[in-house]
Amino acid sequence: MNQDNSANPPIKAYIFITCLVDTFFPEVGESMLKVLNDLGVEVDFIEEQTCCGQPAFNSGYQDDARAVAERFISIFEKAINNDTNTETYIISPSGSCTSMVKVFYEELFKNYPDTLKKVSHIKNNTYEFSEFLVNVLNVEDVGAKYEGVITYHDSCHLLRELRVKDGPRQLIKSVKGVRFKEMELHDACCGFGGTFSIKFPNVSVSMLDEKIECIVNSGADTVVSADMGCLMNIGGALSRRNIPIKVMHLAQLLASRG
Amino acid sequence: MRFEEVRFEKDSEKAIHNKPLQKALVNVTDRFRSARNKASSEVSNWEELRSEAREIKKNTIENLDKYLIMLEENVKKAGGKVHWAKDASEASQIIVKIANDRNVKSVVKSKSMATEEIELNSSFEDAGISVVETDLGEYIIQLAGEHPSHIIAPAIHKTKEDISKLFSEKLGIPHYDKPEELTKVAREGLRSEFLNADMGVSGANFAVAETGTIVIVENEGNARLTTTVPKIHVALVGIEKLIPKYEDLSLFLTVLARSATGQKSSTYVSFITGPKRASDVDGPEEFHLVLLDNGRSGILASEETRESLYCIRCGACLNNCPVYRHVGGHSYGWAYSGPIGAIITPQLMGIDKAPELPFASSLCGACHDVCPVKIDFPKVLLELRKNVVESKKFHIKNTKDLIEKLGIKFWRFTVEYESIYKLTNKLSYYLQLPWKRSNGKLNSLPYPFSRWTDQRDFPAIAKKTFRERWKEIKHQTG
Repeated sequence: MNQDNSANPPIKAYIFITCLVDTFFPEVGESMLKVLNDLGVEVDFIEEQTCCGQPAFNSGYQDDARAVAERFISIFEKAINNDTNTETYIISPSGSCTSMVKVFYEELFKNYPDTLKKVSHIKNNTYEFSEFLVNVLNVEDVGAKYEGVITYHDSCHLLRELRVKDGPRQLIKSVKGVRFKEMELHDACCGFGGTFSIKFPNVSVSMLDEKIECIVNSGADTVVSADMGCLMNIGGALSRRNIPIKVMHLAQLLASRG
Repeated sequence: MRFEEVRFEKDSEKAIHNKPLQKALVNVTDRFRSARNKASSEVSNWEELRSEAREIKKNTIENLDKYLIMLEENVKKAGGKVHWAKDASEASQIIVKIANDRNVKSVVKSKSMATEEIELNSSFEDAGISVVETDLGEYIIQLAGEHPSHIIAPAIHKTKEDISKLFSEKLGIPHYDKPEELTKVAREGLRSEFLNADMGVSGANFAVAETGTIVIVENEGNARLTTTVPKIHVALVGIEKLIPKYEDLSLFLTVLARSATGQKSSTYVSFITGPKRASDVDGPEEFHLVLLDNGRSGILASEETRESLYCIRCGACLNNCPVYRHVGGHSYGWAYSGPIGAIITPQLMGIDKAPELPFASSLCGACHDVCPVKIDFPKVLLELRKNVVESKKFHIKNTKDLIEKLGIKFWRFTVEYESIYKLTNKLSYYLQLPWKRSNGKLNSLPYPFSRWTDQRDFPAIAKKTFRERWKEIKHQTG
């Protein structure tokens, strides 16, 4: 395992656990915690945190989104400001929630100069989990082991808002025992889209059907992605249809040891 | 045939269950997408060209008043007439009047989304003037009494079999199986239409302010015939189609053809400056340019969504949109479909007429990545969503909207206070238990969650949330 990056200067990660992970998939948060700890990163979780505001923002309720986002911003800004002696980051296991902070907060607060200042402060320290491993810690092999054939679904916001494409694939391919198979239309949306999935369920599922077909045709036994939104959609269809393909967040794969 | 109201959810369901349509959509979007990807990758400075095209459009739209006056002057200088239409009905009236004043009985038309937008064919029919679409795709859907379902390929929702049946029924000819045979039938029929027509109506891909030239891009040659054979040529052009300089055309023609069909250049590119000149052997005696506002100046006034006017109608956003791929063009309920339809229809028609459309996107951003003028679709969609919510603030019309609003308010209340957030999660954990199945998932939930669980399993709330586990972990590790 690559331990070169452990401390000196000490690296500290405030983990930003998305509401989906906190509520439905806590094991994803634990896996991320384990991977970061094993790489020598000091991890902290601020218990006041709840949501970044994205559900309301994407639904057009910008006032409500701003109230929730303000709360998020002040919590994390305070934490970063208090940590002056260490290299401090905000790390999240979600491309979508990370892009809310890094990309869309500027949109949401464009007429709020004071908050905007805080946003520009925290956004430079905020990273999606895989991006942090590959681009900040310069790690591709975390020492994970997993026996299986894996295909990777590009989550839209990670790919198109944060431009993260190769990193997750490198991390997956470096896991011992993994055979990687690219699926057709790997960068096509799975149909989740937050409230889109219940506003237009039939359109959403039609998109999902095609994604499931691509996953099945890839021959993989496990589908990995970096966003639980997509994976809850994909996983929801796989289990409803009794298709025995496992769904895994990248953090869970990287925390596997056999 | 006139448009009915925009009903995205209802119409998209019909489209999803239409198997031949689904097949056609996959075929056409795959084909266009790979052609565009190949054509754009052949140009080493493609990204720079996109940025440059965006900058030119930005400058044009921000100085539109100046360029429109310049265009008008130059069209007049070249001997053309310029008409200003504030909305669809005024535009139709102007064009029908031009026809009536000159005793026009028959009109040929080349493909034009602006004429679809103002439903010009219906106005001609109401005035007793015969009108024939001469683009093959438009010809097909005119025979079928339908609207285009794609900006550049209007009849892609029709299979070869559909067309064979349609031609046989409407034209009284035998069933032909081969596309070549069907094309030949259309071609022969259209030749006589061109020769007999009193007036030709076109749109334009670009209008060049400094020369008064309109530019038409096509692959069939029908637009060239439409604009040169009849004695009168009327071009209906949206005011956003301007570009300032003639020399800008090489850039725009490049990004348009490559983004639209993956061609290096379209088969025909016509540059039309005024009517026939004294030295010309042929060409129309009259040239009329009808400049259409129809809501565009409203978009211009909105700084947040103004970039919607940069669009050059290449269709790349449709071909790359996973939603369009599954619902087709008709689901968007108006002339424009796909991501561009989702952003301009509510703005041109009024947001209350198409409140579903800004939400008819998963915000995946694939459109933004391919747009030759880099329209930031997710940003514009989010702004329009905000406008929809604000427009309904005091006018909640149905229970669906009410439930959504209450849901958002409840969500805000829970996530604004950690203690309430924790309590809600705990309560929800126990509340969900009756629905929990042996696989640990929920497979049927009450409305609105039923809209998820009707076709997918929903995850169960964890017995211990991450924050609870964190406390334990911290406790263990000291």
